[in-house]
Amino acid sequence: MSPAVVPSEEAIQKRRIIGIGTETVSNITSTDFPGHWPGEDNSWDVDKFRDKFRVQFHMNEPHNAQFSLIGLDAAVANAFRRILIAEIPVLAIESVFFNNNTSIIQDEVLAHRLGLVPLTGGKEGLNWLRWRKRDENNIPEEPNDFNTIVLVLEAECKWSKDGPALSAQGETDPDKLYVGHNVLANQIVFHPMGQHNRWFGTPETTIRPVNPDILIAKLRPGQKIVLSMHAEKGIGADHAKYSPVCPASYRLLPHIDIQRPIIGKDHAKKFARCFPKGVIGFEAVTHEEASMPDAVWRRTVRDVEPDEKNPYAGHEGEPKAVVVNAMKDTVSRECLRHEEFKDKVKLGRVRDHFIFQVESTGQWDSDELFLESVKLLKAKCLRVKRDLDLLTQS
Amino acid sequence: MPSAATDPREGDADVTMADALPGEPPATEMDEEEEEAAPMRLRVLPGSTETAASFEFAKEDHTLGNALRWIIMKNPVVEFCGYTIPHPSEARMNLRIQTYDNASVYDVLDKGLVDLMDLCDVVQEKFEIVRDDFKKK
Repeated sequence: MSPAVVPSEEAIQKRRIIGIGTETVSNITSTDFPGHWPGEDNSWDVDKFRDKFRVQFHMNEPHNAQFSLIGLDAAVANAFRRILIAEIPVLAIESVFFNNNTSIIQDEVLAHRLGLVPLTGGKEGLNWLRWRKRDENNIPEEPNDFNTIVLVLEAECKWSKDGPALSAQGETDPDKLYVGHNVLANQIVFHPMGQHNRWFGTPETTIRPVNPDILIAKLRPGQKIVLSMHAEKGIGADHAKYSPVCPASYRLLPHIDIQRPIIGKDHAKKFARCFPKGVIGFEAVTHEEASMPDAVWRRTVRDVEPDEKNPYAGHEGEPKAVVVNAMKDTVSRECLRHEEFKDKVKLGRVRDHFIFQVESTGQWDSDELFLESVKLLKAKCLRVKRDLDLLTQS
Repeated sequence: MPSAATDPREGDADVTMADALPGEPPATEMDEEEEEAAPMRLRVLPGSTETAASFEFAKEDHTLGNALRWIIMKNPVVEFCGYTIPHPSEARMNLRIQTYDNASVYDVLDKGLVDLMDLCDVVQEKFEIVRDDFKKK
């Protein structure tokens, strides 16, 4: 066998960029497979992957994390994203038992709204909670402290002290006329059962809505809501209320390649205006650039015309456009609409640079959720491997 | 329950967030029993040989299908690997593997799964390091 061909650094960089034209994309599919490039070794190697793979954090707040995964393939990045949305278990309200509902919002609509309220509580306790298993007829097992959380909501609207009088005077502001007319999420009360006090006993660990101010219903004097709820664990694939994120997404890092300089105050500014703020900056043309002989210039750029002149000549000190932060770009392709720029700039995206944005609904921290998705993908593999071992043994 | 493509509530996939915390909730005996009874999710489709086979994965979808296809294609003995979901309302995923040089498709699938697990370990390890550094700042 001939020794493996190692692609040049330039070739590797070129393969990493997906081209974006005015109306077309190019170089889309991954080619890093054995047999695609003659003689190259593109087989899987953990150590190579470990060297190449990088993570960068841009933001890490409990409800919003942004980070880049560099050196992955879309197939794997997409698996993480799909698991984040649909397969991480989350606690949400599953059953609502109405004792009384005289509000104008119907039972089933109110139950649906309650289901979508994101809940949170002590993380150890949430980990300790189990599935409420269902049999083949979809009948759930008995509710128990280890699989069900009981919550209660009682709300009643009354006239305020001088509400009727104000109303007679023509006052219409409900805040002045009534008390308890807005039913908010913070009125949902946790009723501990069995071992719950051990896990959810303190104010920090109690089961509660993430956002206390979610408006659940509006009432008028005499109307009443009395109901109890059972919350259990589920996954986003069954219902969106069980999705721990809103949303989890990724995009590829934009790539802007200014191939021929864009010089001059007006010209460079017009170019910068084609992009969101902060993408393009300005630098003064240096003495070295301006005094570079044409032949030297031709050697530094690609796709060069035989008689191309150094475009910097005579522009020393003038501003030129440079890329400051491509991550901020939205890849609107606006610059390609202008005749004066369209041959000077190449747009693209970096194939293996995924900018993830994970926004948690609040039950778990966003970074924990991503780690959970990685663990779940591994668990999936393990499960299939177990079946495969059984299959090959028999 | 609507057919969730992958249902971690079955069998040992429950290892996720609920693994081994004190508090002995349901009888562990029951869990073990169920683990053993966890249904077989993998099947070899008819017409398969040692070097060219189609596998049917029950309750799997693009999440595992595409990732597994990619990692198996990274194996130089693989001539072809592709996956399909024959019908969107059936939670099934079919994976086709063909190999060169009499390599066994079972070994190839096994290697693919192991490689994907290694990948997950590296991602987790590096992610944790960078995140902890970021938190310190």
